[in-house]
Amino acid sequence: MKIIQYLINGISIGSVYAVIALGYTMVYGIAKMLNFAHGDIIMVGAYISFCVTNYLGLPVVVSILAAMAVCTVLGMLIEALAYKPLRGTPSLAVLITAIGVSYFLQNAAQLIWSSSPKNYTSVVTFQPLRLVGGQLVITGEVIVTIIASIVIMVGLTWFTGKTRTGKAMRAVSEDREAAELMGISVNKTISTTFAIGSALAAIAGVLLCSTVPTLQPTTGSMPGIRAFTAAVLGGIGSIPGAMLGGILLGIIETFSKAYLSPQFSDAIVFGVLIVILLVKPAGLLGKQVQEKV
Amino acid sequence: MKKLNRNQVKNASTYILVTAAFLILQVLSTQGKLNSTTKGFLVPACAYIVLAVSLNLLVGICGELSLGHAGFMGIGAFTGIVVTSLLAEAVPNGVLRLVMGMVAGGVLAGVVGFLIGIPVLRLRGDYLAIVTLAFGEIMKNVFGNLYLGVDENGLHATIKSEGLTLAEGGKMIISGPRGATGITKLSTFAVGFVLILLTLFVVQNLINSKEGRAIKAVRDNRIAAESVGINVTAFRMKAFVVSAFLAGMAGALYAMNYGSITASKFNFNTSINILVFVVLGGMGNILGSIISATVLYILPEAMRGLQDYRMILYAVVLILVMLFTWSPKMKDIISVVTDKVRGVFRKNEKEAASHE
Repeated sequence: MKIIQYLINGISIGSVYAVIALGYTMVYGIAKMLNFAHGDIIMVGAYISFCVTNYLGLPVVVSILAAMAVCTVLGMLIEALAYKPLRGTPSLAVLITAIGVSYFLQNAAQLIWSSSPKNYTSVVTFQPLRLVGGQLVITGEVIVTIIASIVIMVGLTWFTGKTRTGKAMRAVSEDREAAELMGISVNKTISTTFAIGSALAAIAGVLLCSTVPTLQPTTGSMPGIRAFTAAVLGGIGSIPGAMLGGILLGIIETFSKAYLSPQFSDAIVFGVLIVILLVKPAGLLGKQVQEKV
Repeated sequence: MKKLNRNQVKNASTYILVTAAFLILQVLSTQGKLNSTTKGFLVPACAYIVLAVSLNLLVGICGELSLGHAGFMGIGAFTGIVVTSLLAEAVPNGVLRLVMGMVAGGVLAGVVGFLIGIPVLRLRGDYLAIVTLAFGEIMKNVFGNLYLGVDENGLHATIKSEGLTLAEGGKMIISGPRGATGITKLSTFAVGFVLILLTLFVVQNLINSKEGRAIKAVRDNRIAAESVGINVTAFRMKAFVVSAFLAGMAGALYAMNYGSITASKFNFNTSINILVFVVLGGMGNILGSIISATVLYILPEAMRGLQDYRMILYAVVLILVMLFTWSPKMKDIISVVTDKVRGVFRKNEKEAASHE
């Protein structure tokens, strides 16, 4: 029974990683940049939701919507101010700018909300589910997280597969120049990608802080790195890959904490990443691109 | 006298500049013109310069993005601490002991670099970057849970969370999450300076040798380099190991400047900071790395008076510098402005000439 309990908890934390990883992977696939500020958008989203419920006393749903709205605007703003002027420059230049943005967000949050951790009240209010005579306890957070991430994944798959904007996004990620020649506005598409990724990050922030309630300016950085690892594990640029990578990472993390060694879970997770990349250099579901001479 | 070529002039000027800076600071320091805070910056600045130059070899010259440089720094730091505290009685001379610790740290970092390089260097680009990130995190995790102590029965080490029980009179050197404590502060500015010279010597000779040209060829076009018979893997490995070795030495120097140090110092943020030094200094530009490491290390420290605002200012400066130096639009604007300024000067010159 224990093993099923761990499995469910692993899937739950993995779903949060998956939602964050989707943001990384979409931005990477389309703008070809590693957006290291993505983890900090999560933190901003969580703070906004915290403020709306605790200071304004508005219902949870409003706080989540507010967090999504603020993060969407923030994501598009960052893209327009910091990343867009650097389009076409070496990826390392954009990477360093993203790191600058990440520092900026963390320190701005520290100025606004101070560095002392806040206690985030979970957005989930219903009682945990007890199965098999109380041996298997599934908390409300776990259920909500898993359902939310399934909805997001299905929605995103439909969006990129069926809608015009989604198709444009896939086209830009496939071949930017060809897409431009077909009349797709690359700038608009990239901006939309950032908007969607940041809105997802806001949801991820709410889900993350509902499970782990301490909220501080550095809340987003470690889950951000984990989710980035998940995106690479699944094959960066691939949407199903990000989901698979996130959930796998969550399961590996929970199991290594439970069965192998609680303090070495980081080493185990990153060790697995190295091994998988050595066997499949483009990640689990990534496309192996043949180099043309 | 044989005429020096451009590279030799550039190299010589780097040495001269570094030596001059060292002499000035040393004179100021002996005359008591530097306060203790500034003196405290000297050794870490030396360590960061070495780290930046060694990472530049990897990122700028070799073209491989590494996000785990602090991992090698950590290996060097903890090895250096262990070696110097074991040799405390055998080698009474502090400087000699420090050098032995640094060499040991560098060698171990180099060996680990070689071992990790065999599998990892098969990857390229962003995938290599993420694997080096993973390596750095693993190193941090391992050192953060390592207990190492010495007593009359010899050296003991464990990674179990309950720690170590040593015999009477034993001494803990590294105690897990609390890190290494009771380090004898052996690092001196002079040793740091010598390490910078050694780094410059190694890296510049490597860059301007046949190997260096091969490494650059691999960076610029791997397939073309391969097709003219360059052993790509061997050269990448060489750069990787040299870079790890130097980072290990710098780590030992850095750690021995403090009374205690924890593994969390060698985290992702430190790796990123070193990368920022390299990119802002100019990829492949050794002197640039030296200057930017110094300036960017001192800048947040010098802004301590601004308290909470200093890191946010640092972030803004970082973003603006990147935008100004890389953005094509900004480059256009800057060139228009400089042309105009030049035009004004020329006009003035012409007018001055016509008046005569």
